[in-house]
Amino acid sequence: MFDEAAVPLLLSLKVAGWATVLALVAGVAFAYLLARVRFFGREVLDAALTLPMVMPPTVLGYYLLVLLGKRGPVGGWLQENFGINLIFTWQGAVIAAAFVAFPLVYKAARAAFEDIDTNLERAGRSLGFSELKVFFRVTLPLAWHGILAGAMLAFARALGEFGATLMVAGSLPGRTQTLSIAIYEAVQAGDDATANNLVIIASVICIIVLVVAGRVLQGGYRRAFRY
Amino acid sequence: MPQTSKLARQPALSSRFAFSRRRLLGAAVALAIGASSGAASAADLVVSAAASLTNAFADIGRAFERVNPGTKVVLNFAASDVLLAQIAKGAPADVFASADEIAMDKAVAQNVIDTKTRHDFVRNRLVLIAPADSTVAITGLSSLSAPAIKHIAIGNPASVPVGRYSKGVLDKAGMWAALEPKLVNAASVRQALDYVARGETEAGFVYSTDAAIMKGRVKVAAEVPTEKPILYPIAVVKDSKNAALAKSFLTFVASPAMQTILSDYGFGKP
Repeated sequence: MFDEAAVPLLLSLKVAGWATVLALVAGVAFAYLLARVRFFGREVLDAALTLPMVMPPTVLGYYLLVLLGKRGPVGGWLQENFGINLIFTWQGAVIAAAFVAFPLVYKAARAAFEDIDTNLERAGRSLGFSELKVFFRVTLPLAWHGILAGAMLAFARALGEFGATLMVAGSLPGRTQTLSIAIYEAVQAGDDATANNLVIIASVICIIVLVVAGRVLQGGYRRAFRY
Repeated sequence: MPQTSKLARQPALSSRFAFSRRRLLGAAVALAIGASSGAASAADLVVSAAASLTNAFADIGRAFERVNPGTKVVLNFAASDVLLAQIAKGAPADVFASADEIAMDKAVAQNVIDTKTRHDFVRNRLVLIAPADSTVAITGLSSLSAPAIKHIAIGNPASVPVGRYSKGVLDKAGMWAALEPKLVNAASVRQALDYVARGETEAGFVYSTDAAIMKGRVKVAAEVPTEKPILYPIAVVKDSKNAALAKSFLTFVASPAMQTILSDYGFGKP
């Protein structure tokens, strides 16, 4: 029982971990841009960036499959120039999960940046800090709680990712068959014993993530998700 | 400069749209209730059929509705074992048509079908397909070992009959273990077909009837003889609330006109 659960579990943790890193970097960058710079179409871009959160994962999965597939514009280019194929690979699963998890980081980070009193940043500048230094020494430490809260939720969401991942990475046992996909396969095959073991593990992990998030973040957690 | 955050602006926005939002909600609820009462109609015949039967059964379902006015045929397509799992958990299916005897035997073992009604109604063939524009030479199973074949789409043998047939021939050829790293499990035969049609896998195992659906995008590289013939059993579900209607559907499928439809899609006689 342990082996059949350990393989998909470790794969899920690996995929969710990398997806969270990607979502974190991109989410913080976009959040800072949209929180601090006013430009034409800013709210339209905000809607586009939030889209993966509300769109059915199968729609996102289809977009990614068409884009990243061997005959897709991005997939074809990667294949031709670098020999990289993302479909049916764990890296493909990371990209799918990162897209799905991205809005959670982005939304939390943008709210956190907008909550900061910009006078503090101005004070930093008046002391001769460069923009980069202001960001890393003033803005980021002040927004950190909210961003971390978003990252924790993004990790939990990436861990549970199913629809888009299945479409992009398929269900290759030991390679792209994550915990949620292994559960789906077990149910499809009528293997309730395996399904029971896996859903209990998945539920326990999600509870741990939420409890840890609540404990570590306390105020910041609630501040970021009060809407 | 501190900006008005999105959150602060929201109350004004929501009160402005509150009325139309409430109406929208009302409409959604009405729709949902309407839909669920529609699903409960007594004259609905729920047919759970193997994914490979999708196109043929859509035609047959329409024909059945024409000769039985007031009856609505609700079609549910998936891999046979998935359909069985649904029925075993109490899904309100009336007819079960599976793509292999194993799925139907499991249904018998779980005591969910009326065994007196069980019979084979069509026959199919297993083929090895490649994308229509593929340049890799595939002449038979042995070609699959070539390095140019990186991925092979196959129905998941745990739940998809075509996967079991494919695993059977690969096992018999002694190639299963060697090819396993290349295999991409599909949730149904139609997903395996789609993977090949998109060129994501260089080869795949499907039924000849599926390959015929996507003639322009996939080509049949080789016929793969199976040890046992591929026969499709059909039966009435034991808990069916429309058992009489379900039985007449089975008779209807066996009628010459419907057998013509099935053979037009490439299914053989059992």
